[in-house]
Amino acid sequence: MATLKLSGVTKRYPNGFEAVTDLDLDVADGEFMVLVGPSGCGKTTALRMVAGLEDITDGTIEVGGRVVNDLSPRDRDMAMVFQNYALYPHMTVAQNIGFSLSLQKMPKAELRTKVEEAARVLGLTDHLDRKPAQLSGGQRQRVAMGRAIVRSPAAFLMDEPLSNLDAKLRVHMRAEVSRIQRRLAVATLYVTHDQVEAMTMGDRVAVMRSGRLLQCGRPQEVYNSPASLFVAAFIGSPAMNLYQGEMDQQGATVQLGHQRLDLPAALLDERVNGPYRGRAVVVGIRPEHLADAAEASGDGGNRRLEGTVDLVEELGSEKLVHFHIDAARLSTTDALLASEDEEPETLEAGEIGSATATAGVARVSADSHIAADQRVVFTVDTERLHLFDPETGSTLRSAQ
Amino acid sequence: MSTESATPGPLVATRSRGRPKRRRPRRRTVVREVCFYLAVTVVVLFSLFPFYWMVRTSLLSDSAVGQGVGGANGLFPAHLTGSAYMEDFTQQGFLTPLVNSAIVAFATTVITIFVAALAGYALARLPIRGAGAILAFILVAGFFPVLAMVGPLFLVLRDLGLLDNIYPLIIVYLIYTLPIATYLLRNFFMQIPKDLEEAALVDGATRLVALRRVLIPVAVPGMFTAGILAFILAWNDFAFAVSFLETPGHFTAPLAIVNLGQSQFQVFYNRIDAAVVIITIPVALLVLFAQRRIVAGLTAGSFR
Repeated sequence: MATLKLSGVTKRYPNGFEAVTDLDLDVADGEFMVLVGPSGCGKTTALRMVAGLEDITDGTIEVGGRVVNDLSPRDRDMAMVFQNYALYPHMTVAQNIGFSLSLQKMPKAELRTKVEEAARVLGLTDHLDRKPAQLSGGQRQRVAMGRAIVRSPAAFLMDEPLSNLDAKLRVHMRAEVSRIQRRLAVATLYVTHDQVEAMTMGDRVAVMRSGRLLQCGRPQEVYNSPASLFVAAFIGSPAMNLYQGEMDQQGATVQLGHQRLDLPAALLDERVNGPYRGRAVVVGIRPEHLADAAEASGDGGNRRLEGTVDLVEELGSEKLVHFHIDAARLSTTDALLASEDEEPETLEAGEIGSATATAGVARVSADSHIAADQRVVFTVDTERLHLFDPETGSTLRSAQ
Repeated sequence: MSTESATPGPLVATRSRGRPKRRRPRRRTVVREVCFYLAVTVVVLFSLFPFYWMVRTSLLSDSAVGQGVGGANGLFPAHLTGSAYMEDFTQQGFLTPLVNSAIVAFATTVITIFVAALAGYALARLPIRGAGAILAFILVAGFFPVLAMVGPLFLVLRDLGLLDNIYPLIIVYLIYTLPIATYLLRNFFMQIPKDLEEAALVDGATRLVALRRVLIPVAVPGMFTAGILAFILAWNDFAFAVSFLETPGHFTAPLAIVNLGQSQFQVFYNRIDAAVVIITIPVALLVLFAQRRIVAGLTAGSFR
């Protein structure tokens, strides 16, 4: 058990490609840290560098205050769960779980006790004598977990361990993994591309993209105050509605198509919005910050958004209303593809025009009477609007 | 399967008109199956007949062989006897060449598997500069014509004083078994997912321990294949043995067979064929035994 500290960690391949750039990350003892990002963002490479399976080009990795850069994987005292499980096919479940202990030359009796304990925690007791081929996908996943938890490593490294399970089992194992991690209180670095996993499991979430760390914080923090357009679009399901808008000259409202919305109080300060007055901005509204105006009473001001309903999805506890307004919508994929720093890509209105077909989504109460093909009026929680610089993608709030 | 898929649609509709339609594909598959098995039978008979003839001849008596084929000595001889086998071992001393062959073939196999596994692993996984060139060079050596090698090797063995000795044959056979076995095992190791080895490394194994306890057990089918190839090559070799061995007491089995049936007045085909049957048995047993181990997909269950 120890802390994990990455400082300026960089991975550059011989062909010049940088998979990870200047990554700083602290994982406290017992903390569950989730590295999340789209595929190819460098999160797995980062994990493999911590494990010692990949050389570190630059920077240092410390485990419990000890620099481990040049140590081989076996001397780093980490336990890793692989995406494909990588179980030893010729060994039984018990041998698979006990392999690391047998390498430590642990006495047979003690080893047996530890393996049985791990199997008990994971519900594998009845399968200890089976070979991996005789197990179901979920059981194999548990064996992979068992191999990690049977020893008391300095840290757990998990590389998308749940991605090969079916949806139902995945939800179940999400809770299971969290429970086990909390019980063992070992620093954990967990890689996933699934933002729901990141949100539900992590003590903290680190969002990566193109080898860089964009934002790191508690899940709620990242969700409520995304530092950039990319994080805003990536975290949250259904995704944040993003529109191309324009701020008025006074810095009091933002224009979306022919409609206006008040700016949040925090953005009224000229020091914050000065540079953007009269200019294009990207406006983000979370689906749950739109309410059926017939249900919630608006209290004046520019807090209403009118549109046309395309489709209503009834989820029982709530309704997802797909709608469109006349403002140019920035599709989530555009936001995810828009590059951040290297070559600032201006989001041109013409380009975005093609994306207007994709509808916005509102999450309204199940009691709402909104129906498809009708006009709809939403009340917008304007205090929770997100505004982003269309060129850099960074949030206007962070300018404070 | 094919009859089912040939009649889509509701069952009620096909019942009245569908019958002739349904029969035709069934009859076609029956005809096709009959043709298939006929062809298989022909091929099997054709390729097995020489073996049958060999076994048949080995069970004839010396006098029956002398009378030639025909009469009581036709396709199914009237009298069978094991005398040729007895003769091979008692009078002809066939046991010594058998033991010689066994020593040479066994040693060649073990060394081949050991060296080829290490070399194959290194070429597959370690960051070796010019691994491709090394592999190409190894393969070229393996495809060098046997007869082109006999001359130079004869000179080398003569100058080293190693002629007429079975042990140098092991080195000679390794020239041919190692390249093919290394190539085969390299490909086998390439197919084993990297994760498996990395899991072992993270679990606390050194590279060598990971190789011994994880990769090699998984590569067992490949090792068996390489081992069988090496064994058969060494066990069956004639060209090198006849070139480098001189004293009958040092002969390997294939070489000894040639001298078995020779007498001044008659060729004892029954003794030759009895010896051939004897040296075929180990190879047949080996292949049968190994076949059960060469199961494709031994890593089943290792991954998701």
